[in-house]
Amino acid sequence: MNDQVRVWYPFIGPNNPCPPIRVKTYVVPPNQYIQFQPLDLPQFTPQEALRYGTLWPALFSPYEPTRGSEGGESTS
Amino acid sequence: MSDKMNANANTNTKPIDDEYYKLLHELQAVDFVLLELALFLNTHPNDMKSIQQFNQGVEQRQKLAYQYELNYGPLLQYGHSYSRFPWQWIETPWPWQV
Amino acid sequence: MWLYEKKLQYPVKVSKCDPRMAKLLLEQYGGADGELAAALRYLNQRYSIPDKVIGLLTDIGTEEFAHLEMIATMVYKLTKDATVEMMKEAGLSEMYAQHDRAVFYSNSSGVPFTTAYIQAKGDPLADLYEDIAAEEKARATYQWLIDLTDDVDLQDSLKFLREREIIHSLRFREAVEIIKADWNTKRVF
Repeated sequence: MNDQVRVWYPFIGPNNPCPPIRVKTYVVPPNQYIQFQPLDLPQFTPQEALRYGTLWPALFSPYEPTRGSEGGESTS
Repeated sequence: MSDKMNANANTNTKPIDDEYYKLLHELQAVDFVLLELALFLNTHPNDMKSIQQFNQGVEQRQKLAYQYELNYGPLLQYGHSYSRFPWQWIETPWPWQV
Repeated sequence: MWLYEKKLQYPVKVSKCDPRMAKLLLEQYGGADGELAAALRYLNQRYSIPDKVIGLLTDIGTEEFAHLEMIATMVYKLTKDATVEMMKEAGLSEMYAQHDRAVFYSNSSGVPFTTAYIQAKGDPLADLYEDIAAEEKARATYQWLIDLTDDVDLQDSLKFLREREIIHSLRFREAVEIIKADWNTKRVF
């Protein structure tokens, strides 16, 4: 799990028939902490930049599909 | 009908092979840096260093695009790219086809 | 004036024929927070926004058309030569009845694109915050789309598009700062 992922623990009620998902997550990308991009941030090489979708490592937000296995207790 | 089945049958361009994808990818990478810098400069118009990097990228881009067009046909229309005979624009494959 | 460039912004590769995924991707084609809505939203806002921000809206709006072409390419490749049976199984019967395999501007539920998706309030802050929200919503949609496929090639292109939303969102927030600061009159050279 990368450091841009936030975790929270929802209330589990007695009347919810779906197997509860005890841990939920969401992503907070780095753009949320930058109001105005500073000058001279380190850069990716052009090939890397294309692959990552940005020229600047400081703005890169990884995303890996985890939701499939995140489901309720019986499917974990 | 048969020339429709082979996009290269009627053109002076090289076939779509590994070399094609390599050059295309190089061009995409350089163009992507230029796009990123352009968006950045729109909100940082006084960043001399980025403008210099942008202008160097433009030069590099022109060389790569020239090489690409020489081998695989025009990238742009309306007078921004040359054409051989017959009219190449309609002969080379489209981006979603390759 | 616009120029078309005969190449994709980023390579699109899909590793299997998958009309089901094509249907889901339509959300980013003709959906409320899709690429068409984004392109039209930004390019349209240019006519009423302060001059300092017009260049940004022009360039991001234009990039959105490149993304639109990437989504169309995904849909095209995922459904090309799919059998009618496969289209039916993917829940695309209604789509097929109307459009065969033509790509159509609708969302993933088949609702046709509408310009009601595109806000233009004429107030620079209201419009820019609309844009920021649209970018974050599109980022989220890309996340759910990445979750919905196990095709790593397709995921790769979707991850690129997701990252672009993050950059656009940042640029729009910088535009908000520019609007707030009124650099036009206060900047000293």
